[in-house]
Amino acid sequence: MAELTTHTERPTATGWASPYVALVSSRLRSQFAYRRSFALDLLGSFGVGVIEFAEIYVIFSSISVLGGLDFAGLALLFALSNISFSLADLLVGHLDRIPTYLRAGTLDAFLLRPLPVLAQLVTSDIQLRRFGRTALSIAVLVVALVVNPITFTPATIALLVITPIAGTAIFCALFVAAAGVQFWLIEGSELANSFTYGSSYASSFPTAIFTLPMRVLFTFVVPAAFTAYLPTLLILDLPGPAWTPAWLGWFSPVAAIVSWVAGMLIWRAGLRHYTGAGS
Amino acid sequence: MTEQIVHARGLTRDFVVRSGGWRRTKRVVHAVVDLDLDIAAGEAVGYIGANGAGKSTTIKMLTGILSPSAGTVATCGLHPQKSRRELAREIGVVFGQRSQLWWDLPLQESYRVLASIHRLGSSHRERLDELVDALDLAEFLDTPVRQLSLGQRIRGEIAAALLHSPRLLILDEPTIGLDVLSKERLRAFLVAERAAHGTTLLLTTHDMDDVQRLTERIVVVDHGRVAYTGDLPGLVRRVGADRVIVLDLEEPTPSLSDVAGTRLIGTEPDGLRQRLALLPGASAAAVLAEVAGRAPLRDLTIEEPDVEDVVRRLYATQQAAH
Repeated sequence: MAELTTHTERPTATGWASPYVALVSSRLRSQFAYRRSFALDLLGSFGVGVIEFAEIYVIFSSISVLGGLDFAGLALLFALSNISFSLADLLVGHLDRIPTYLRAGTLDAFLLRPLPVLAQLVTSDIQLRRFGRTALSIAVLVVALVVNPITFTPATIALLVITPIAGTAIFCALFVAAAGVQFWLIEGSELANSFTYGSSYASSFPTAIFTLPMRVLFTFVVPAAFTAYLPTLLILDLPGPAWTPAWLGWFSPVAAIVSWVAGMLIWRAGLRHYTGAGS
Repeated sequence: MTEQIVHARGLTRDFVVRSGGWRRTKRVVHAVVDLDLDIAAGEAVGYIGANGAGKSTTIKMLTGILSPSAGTVATCGLHPQKSRRELAREIGVVFGQRSQLWWDLPLQESYRVLASIHRLGSSHRERLDELVDALDLAEFLDTPVRQLSLGQRIRGEIAAALLHSPRLLILDEPTIGLDVLSKERLRAFLVAERAAHGTTLLLTTHDMDDVQRLTERIVVVDHGRVAYTGDLPGLVRRVGADRVIVLDLEEPTPSLSDVAGTRLIGTEPDGLRQRLALLPGASAAAVLAEVAGRAPLRDLTIEEPDVEDVVRRLYATQQAAH
């Protein structure tokens, strides 16, 4: 077996992370196997971001202020919201394919391995091509930070660091919760998508444009407002609308933690439903 | 007393099947009913039954994929669901129809990832070499799994299930769809593997040769209940499925209905071909000697009862008993 030993002798990471490192790196290698196709996917993802941003541009060709934000303010909101969503989509976006995994028996294979199912699921299909949209959002963020009248204090900078992290965590939690729900609704991926993508859409607009019930929904039930809108108000030093004041923006890490607790509970209930009800 | 690898008592699993559109009706299907199953360490057990008899459901409960509706099960001394992850290190499972490999990775990479998942460290290298050798995987180790033939993939799957040296190997229809040669090689491998490592084997199959070559004991399920447990000759005796001697004779011969130790099953027109069931305990040699005394033989074959037939007969006798 000479050819065996020459091939795979690579230093392996040790500790609890090593299985995940192996899983993720094997996935990435297979994605890079077709470079041109990967580059096109990356470009396509970038294009989606461009189109979404163009939508905002079109809206502002006929109005100058939307929900208390001008075009530059909305660009900042768009950037923060999209950085978080696209990163979450990259990391866990494939969770909406649970029904496919169920049908193919992939989930049973996961259950037969000595790792948590969700961790295996997350690491099974990380989609680096979705970074295109993140890249565009980062570019928009840089421009927005320049054109908006922002006084850079330590607080602003802290917000700019915390917000994308907490926002990504919130969207990831939404994906996990949506995945958990799909154990009950085997054909429910459209519904789950409306939940995750819908929140993303809602988060890229000022929550102030919604009626009060919707505003409460997208702040306190589905915490989309925490991913971008409330921190944006803080960064631009604007007051928030009634019921959702700007200072709530500091609480996006709390919203992230609460989302994760809720998301994990829904996921675990869903998985238990699966192992109880069977395929 | 030897260690119990599988210990199930009163294992039951119901499924609720909903059907219809607006007015939905619920129907409860009893996939497994009150099943007792014991497998000692080192045993090889064939788990047999018609499609839908409850074989896969049982395996899913033993491995922690499904929870039982009632009853208890311990696999390798562990609660399959509460200790799912510990159990995963103790068992290897191959579902013939489903893959646990990564379809877009070369086989070799799959093993690297699996070794990492099971935290085998560098010790897996020796084991992998052993499996590559025994299963003859060397020539397609660098081929992506999706490009493998069925026989190659199944061998790859079995190596994947055995890489972490599990105490219990569960094979669900491992030889389905394989050609005769591949089946035979796989059986030879499993026999050798068990001889070398003492791995306990639970096997579901439709193939009588699998049962004969690989298992010491069989459990037959019918509609989720155990219909028979014991060895294969015992089952054959019980249902009266006999070996059949097919005689091709040189010239038309009257029906051989009175040969000692046999029962005439049928003759083809003019008696050129006659089929005799060999009664339990009868010697095929004595029968042949007697037949040869009466008519010149041109050719003969002996048909073993097949598993489908035996199971069908067993089901029929069960129904008659109810």
